[in-house]
Amino acid sequence: MNHDYQKDIAGCGLTGLISKKKNRLDGSHIKKSLSLMNDRGNGLGAGYAAYGIYPELPEHYAFHVMYDYSSSRMEAEELLKANYEIEKIEEMPTAPVKEITVSPLLMRYFVKPKKDKVRADLSEEDFVVKTIMQINSEVEGAYIFSSGKNMGAFKGVGNPAEIADFFKLEEYEGFTWTGHTRFPTNTPGWWGGAHPFTLLDWSIVHNGEISSYGINKRYLEMFGYKLTLLTDTEVVAYLFDLLLRKHGLDIETACSALAAPFWKDIDKMDEGDREVYTAIRMAYGSALLNGPFSLLFGHKNGLVGINDRIKLRPLVAATKDDMVYMASEESAIREICAEPEHVWSPKAGEPVIVEFDK
Amino acid sequence: MKIEAKGVYYKELNEKVREAVKGGEKDIVLDNVNGQYFIGDGIKGKGVSITINGVPGNDMAAFMDGPTIRVNSNAQDNICNTMNSGKVIVEGNAGDVLGYGMRGGRLFVRGNVGYRIGIHMKGHGKLSPVIISGGKAGDFFGEYMAGGVLILLGLNAKNGEAIVGDYLGTGMHGGVIYIRGEVDPENVGKEVGILDPDEKDMKQLRGYLEEYCKDLDLDIEDVMSKPFKKLLPVSARPYGNLYAY
Repeated sequence: MNHDYQKDIAGCGLTGLISKKKNRLDGSHIKKSLSLMNDRGNGLGAGYAAYGIYPELPEHYAFHVMYDYSSSRMEAEELLKANYEIEKIEEMPTAPVKEITVSPLLMRYFVKPKKDKVRADLSEEDFVVKTIMQINSEVEGAYIFSSGKNMGAFKGVGNPAEIADFFKLEEYEGFTWTGHTRFPTNTPGWWGGAHPFTLLDWSIVHNGEISSYGINKRYLEMFGYKLTLLTDTEVVAYLFDLLLRKHGLDIETACSALAAPFWKDIDKMDEGDREVYTAIRMAYGSALLNGPFSLLFGHKNGLVGINDRIKLRPLVAATKDDMVYMASEESAIREICAEPEHVWSPKAGEPVIVEFDK
Repeated sequence: MKIEAKGVYYKELNEKVREAVKGGEKDIVLDNVNGQYFIGDGIKGKGVSITINGVPGNDMAAFMDGPTIRVNSNAQDNICNTMNSGKVIVEGNAGDVLGYGMRGGRLFVRGNVGYRIGIHMKGHGKLSPVIISGGKAGDFFGEYMAGGVLILLGLNAKNGEAIVGDYLGTGMHGGVIYIRGEVDPENVGKEVGILDPDEKDMKQLRGYLEEYCKDLDLDIEDVMSKPFKKLLPVSARPYGNLYAY
């Protein structure tokens, strides 16, 4: 037996940036920031989400799809063509990267649901979500991994720089970027399992483990969501979709359902707050995220960073002019913003909510 | 001796530091550090001084035995894990899990510290680690503490603002914690008593703080101008019967 076994200790790493004035930055910044934390991942998954990257087709849903087999593509496209007006079909632009020897077929579609598909009881967005759930769970080897408007996710098996180069991120310009490098612990390292996880305009990158995955999954399934990507983080994207879009909660309230205050702290609140938080915990007990996490939640109106309630994973935030940065490590921020004005560590369970200037 | 750290991978940087220490270098300056892990880990030798310009990465000064490290900015997580002796001075804020299982030496932070500071800290005989933060701290300050001294000053706190989080000293069974200002008993572990320090305590506390103020150029009388609370475990073996029945 080899007793000289050496293990590189690591956890996942995440980083994000947002321009509150909606100035667009190319992908080199987020790549540089994330690459500094290379050793937090192990090359089994990296990815990015970017907002504002498709200004030429901002009203179309941009589907990024990975296919394992050519039959997957045929089957999925048949379904898409029957249900959507398709403005554009193209292979996702990629560049050869020495370390990335295998990749799924990656296609991009700019689409709108056909007019007759939207009904009073089924909104356009509901229809899109239904399509994604159907393709991801029923079409063998096909996964829609990005489906928002004027935004996109780029992810795969590789380290941060490899995935950024592979998807030619420097050619995209966005006003919000998030990035993630993965060290899979409980679930396989595969292309669909890399972060971010997205649905419509929502995107999640996450460091940690969602121990409540089973409860969250069963809860989401009651609302028609299908969990297909074999990774705990998937539930967070769908929970935000459910709470914000379907149930109409604001972000702060949604965060207080996912990272709810402890009962002992609710007991100490004044009567009004106590009633509100009690109601949230009662209504959304099955949406509570248990376990260690720091996560960044991107959406069309801004960026949110949040920790679990006892801060079992790191998160640092910083500001400079109209920019807000959040990352697992301060150095990842300073790598692209050497002199931030204000640097702080958000408290456990208290979200940092950034919105664009009005 | 100056070592340029910009863009240098942590393994290479730490090899250079270790070689410098081995070669008898007493004054080492690392410029443009950003995020490199494990700086100063396991290095030995009294009188060795390392100055870090830039933000050092996680796990700095683990198992360190003797040298002094001064960080001229903020520092990240997991500093001084199981450190044996020597000193780390941080001019800015520092992150989570500082001084985990620390068994000797000093960690002085001018600003705030994060969650889980000084957990599993221990001391025996002459070995007694000391962590002092001039700012505020998060939850689990001194959790499972078994020895040594933790001091929290809250010099940057606004009037009435709590300077320490919840679960203060939970599971503590040795060592002592001093908090400048008041402590809310609801945030303190049941096995911990909140006391007013006596004269002997204040003398000892002043000794630690004089060293801290000297290293960080602060006025000791300002720091001592407010009363302190002393936290001690009130049961010597709280879990002695855990497996007895």
